[in-house]
Amino acid sequence: MLSKRIIPCLDVREGRTTKGIQFKDNVDIGDPVEMARFYYENGADEIVFYDITASSDKRDIMIDVVRRVAETIFIPFSVGGGIRTVEDMRKVLLAGAEKVSINSAAILNPDLISQGAKAFGNQCVVLGMDVKFTGKSRSIPSGYEMVINGGRKSMGIDALEWAQKAESLGAGEICLNSIDADGTQNGYEIVLTDLISSQVSIPVIASGGAGKPEHLLDVLTRGRADAALIASMVHYGTYSIPEIKSFLHAGGVKVRGTW
Amino acid sequence: MIAIIDYDAGNLASVARAVSHLGYANVITRNVEEIRSAGRIIFPGVGAAGSAMTSLKRLGIDAVLHEAFNQGKPMLGICLGTQIIMGYSEENQTPCLGIIPGIVRAFSPDLRDSDGIRLKIPQMGWNRVQPVKEHPVLAGLKETDEFYFVHGFYPEPAHSDHIVGTTHYGIQFASIVGYRNILATQFHLEKSGKPGLALLNNFCQWMP
Repeated sequence: MLSKRIIPCLDVREGRTTKGIQFKDNVDIGDPVEMARFYYENGADEIVFYDITASSDKRDIMIDVVRRVAETIFIPFSVGGGIRTVEDMRKVLLAGAEKVSINSAAILNPDLISQGAKAFGNQCVVLGMDVKFTGKSRSIPSGYEMVINGGRKSMGIDALEWAQKAESLGAGEICLNSIDADGTQNGYEIVLTDLISSQVSIPVIASGGAGKPEHLLDVLTRGRADAALIASMVHYGTYSIPEIKSFLHAGGVKVRGTW
Repeated sequence: MIAIIDYDAGNLASVARAVSHLGYANVITRNVEEIRSAGRIIFPGVGAAGSAMTSLKRLGIDAVLHEAFNQGKPMLGICLGTQIIMGYSEENQTPCLGIIPGIVRAFSPDLRDSDGIRLKIPQMGWNRVQPVKEHPVLAGLKETDEFYFVHGFYPEPAHSDHIVGTTHYGIQFASIVGYRNILATQFHLEKSGKPGLALLNNFCQWMP
């Protein structure tokens, strides 16, 4: 039986890791390669890097980080942030990432999903979704809308329709982030996660809101997520991954217990 | 020297990095002579069976792989490489190399777990492997060890004797197949942490 995956997410700016609280007030935590090694050795099933470097001329710093991470850890990791073209995807994959995550660029140009899937295989293409609750309306039938720019810009696109469209275009996985829950540490958006995960056939990683192990148990059972993204709750040492996994195991969730 | 076969089927650098990390000289190559002179062969790959077989034939590597197998060279298939060594793949209705007789099947779109819950396809993530026979490459494998899978198709050897390990995902399928000097895993040894590296290391020392 497949294990539910626990995935630490590292925000990286100009080669250094940070963790944003609702995309504001980033604080520097440290070296992404060392953090990746730490999580690799402590039972992370996968690692997500999110490049929040603002200026495009400093983007190659991230490629160097990816290369060094790939020489250090031997589990899958993905890289997102600032990926606009198939060429951007190629650079990240050649540097050693298993997957690339595309978010706003895919909304603005959905062909990027199919081009990436064709060039590298569906399994390489993760659709990142930033979603905000709006309530049901004619244009947003699911009640959840796609947003970009850290939630500042609403796109008028229904989240469920977008997830299904992205799947048909060749996305291999969805990383589903609730902008409402992100940074709160009050728990994942269970209704949203269940809605998307039950309506697509590709794996869904729940993101946004993790603060304690109970939140992961909830999203991996009631929320039907295939994986859970975590950040602050482990970055600041409040919980360890083995501790979270023991809790999930006791709660009846199958997780990878040896590494 | 270990030849890692390059046939336009995905990024092979992660396999090379893992082999280098273990301290074995290796080369990513599509050069027929270089493959011939290598002491052992790793045959990885991600992507679709149809285009992979087309590339193999175009590059003339299909014949070299048969030759290496007949010479008794240690060979390791990974993921798509494991499917390509079978006889036939349901993916793109592709006749494959036929080193191990059998068919590569697609997971049923209505695959369900024991509680009746629909399973996602592809299988993506960590799962266990139950050995069904002893094999030197599986030395040290623990029951609780898990390995990283990403696949929508799985090998189904014609002879149960060629099944070395199985995995459960809605159904029980052959996740490791082997025959004489070839061993092939559906999962990614190079992305499966320390248990994966341990098996990869066993392969690099295997004298079939």
